[in-house]
Amino acid sequence: MTSTDELKELARKCRVHIVNMVHRAQAGHPGGSLSEIDLLAALYKTTLRVRPDDPDWDDRDRFILSKGHASPGMYAILAEMGFITVDDLASYRVLGGICQGHVDMKWCPGVDFSAGSLGMGLSFGMGSAIAGRLEGSERQVYVMLGDGEIQEGSVWEAAMAATHHELGNLNVILDRNRIQNDDFCEAQMRMFDIPAKWKAFGWNVKEIDGHNMEDIVDGLDFLKNSNDGPSILIAHTVKGHGVSFMADNPAFHGAAPNDEQYAQAMAELGEVVS
Amino acid sequence: MSKMAATRDGYGEALLELASNPKVVVLEADLGKSTKSLHFRKAHPERTVSCGIGEQNMLLVGAGLAASGYIPFASTFAIFTERAFEQMRNGVARPNLAVHVCGSHGGTHTGTDGSSAQSIEDLAIYRTLPNVIVMHPSDVVSTKVLTMQLATSGSPSYTRTARNKTPVLYEGREDEIEIGKGVVLKEGADVAIIACGVMVSQSLEAAEALAAEGINATVVDMHTLKPLDGDLVDRLVSSCGAIVTAEDHSVIGGLGGAVAEHLTSNTFAPLERVGVQDRFGESGQADEMLEVMNISAPYIAEAAKRAVARKG
Repeated sequence: MTSTDELKELARKCRVHIVNMVHRAQAGHPGGSLSEIDLLAALYKTTLRVRPDDPDWDDRDRFILSKGHASPGMYAILAEMGFITVDDLASYRVLGGICQGHVDMKWCPGVDFSAGSLGMGLSFGMGSAIAGRLEGSERQVYVMLGDGEIQEGSVWEAAMAATHHELGNLNVILDRNRIQNDDFCEAQMRMFDIPAKWKAFGWNVKEIDGHNMEDIVDGLDFLKNSNDGPSILIAHTVKGHGVSFMADNPAFHGAAPNDEQYAQAMAELGEVVS
Repeated sequence: MSKMAATRDGYGEALLELASNPKVVVLEADLGKSTKSLHFRKAHPERTVSCGIGEQNMLLVGAGLAASGYIPFASTFAIFTERAFEQMRNGVARPNLAVHVCGSHGGTHTGTDGSSAQSIEDLAIYRTLPNVIVMHPSDVVSTKVLTMQLATSGSPSYTRTARNKTPVLYEGREDEIEIGKGVVLKEGADVAIIACGVMVSQSLEAAEALAAEGINATVVDMHTLKPLDGDLVDRLVSSCGAIVTAEDHSVIGGLGGAVAEHLTSNTFAPLERVGVQDRFGESGQADEMLEVMNISAPYIAEAAKRAVARKG
């Protein structure tokens, strides 16, 4: 069992990768990558049944990053897990690179769905979950949604269908970082009581602090063990968490740090830049 | 009068036959009775997924199944597939997942429901997507054969079927039907009529009328719009020297568009496009709609004469 200290260190390394990638590319989405990364680190390290040396293994658990623009976070954990190399991270947003701007299953090992257009991952996850059930497999499907993303109506088509079909092997992690592209969610489209909405659609619901590793590990256990229907973990996070000037700042949804900001970010993340 | 049947029944029969492959699954959006997937549902409820009235979700549930090794067939009305176009684009075509979408009740021939239900742009929009096979079969037999071939195609697809009955053309000729290959149903040296769907039988009728006036027409069933059988089009250009396309679809971007694109990049020949002239339909009986839209057999014959007159 991986200790929470080890998970925290893994997430810290991933944060360094994220800032590196976005700074190098001078483009990309650091905010949502930094908010999701504690969740991804724990998910990959403690929960997902996957084989980095055999990424297409048929009976693997599936992980679908529906908020596909938060790809630096996913590439970072894929590199730390050994699906790709740390050197591959330099290909982020570069012509011919396996780290496409938005995660793409045709380009990068370990990516289960080509995302980038919001509101699609839960439906794809539902299909993956039905496939697992048809095969009689115990494998689980995990879908990460953004909070702004659930403004897409098709998410709720899938939410309704998932309970109709009693898909206990379908799990959602909602990155509730309260910020979307233009501004705070509260300003763009108020969503009111998000847990109540999912409960009303028949989902098992649990809320956690998405930056507290003990909480996250408990939450992942809840997902894995709630198999009477689909389940959702609503993870309260801070967009840009870990880098002070990005934290809770809508400007860093989709913007890269300049050189000065980069140096500050690296210092805050405990990295010495030569 | 030849035997009549609806192409949607060919789709339903094909699904039932494909059920012997345990990887085949069927997805519905509350229109299984109309698209004819209901026969599969009755026989194999465990492999039928109801998506309710939720086409966007349905397309991507299909993508998830396809990515896990299943062969999903998803159907609804042609017009309602269009609201899931971006799902088809980003979640199916882009990752090249073999989800097979069937849009029934396509074209103005759908009739009295009126313009809201008469998709006249479906073939055009799906034709723009890389990796996607686009088909509009003409009769119940070819629809069944082509649908069965899709299961082993490995490519995503869109197939338009029709609600109303049309003449059965391929009984006993199943071997002539192959995805991507047009079928020459009648040969003549003066003009070639390339048609799809319900317009194939209209074109055969037109060819008879033309023969009475001394004009010999070739009639081709171009059931696959993409990939287009360009070799056949080239042969028709050299053998006939004038082309007519006929479709129950907008003249923009469908079969006429595909043939026009091909001609402009290869050997050119005069082309007359019979189809819906950049307008919406209205309520009317199927045969009335073909008249109102100026696409029935007499209009095809007139277009053929215009094409012949334009030969150099």
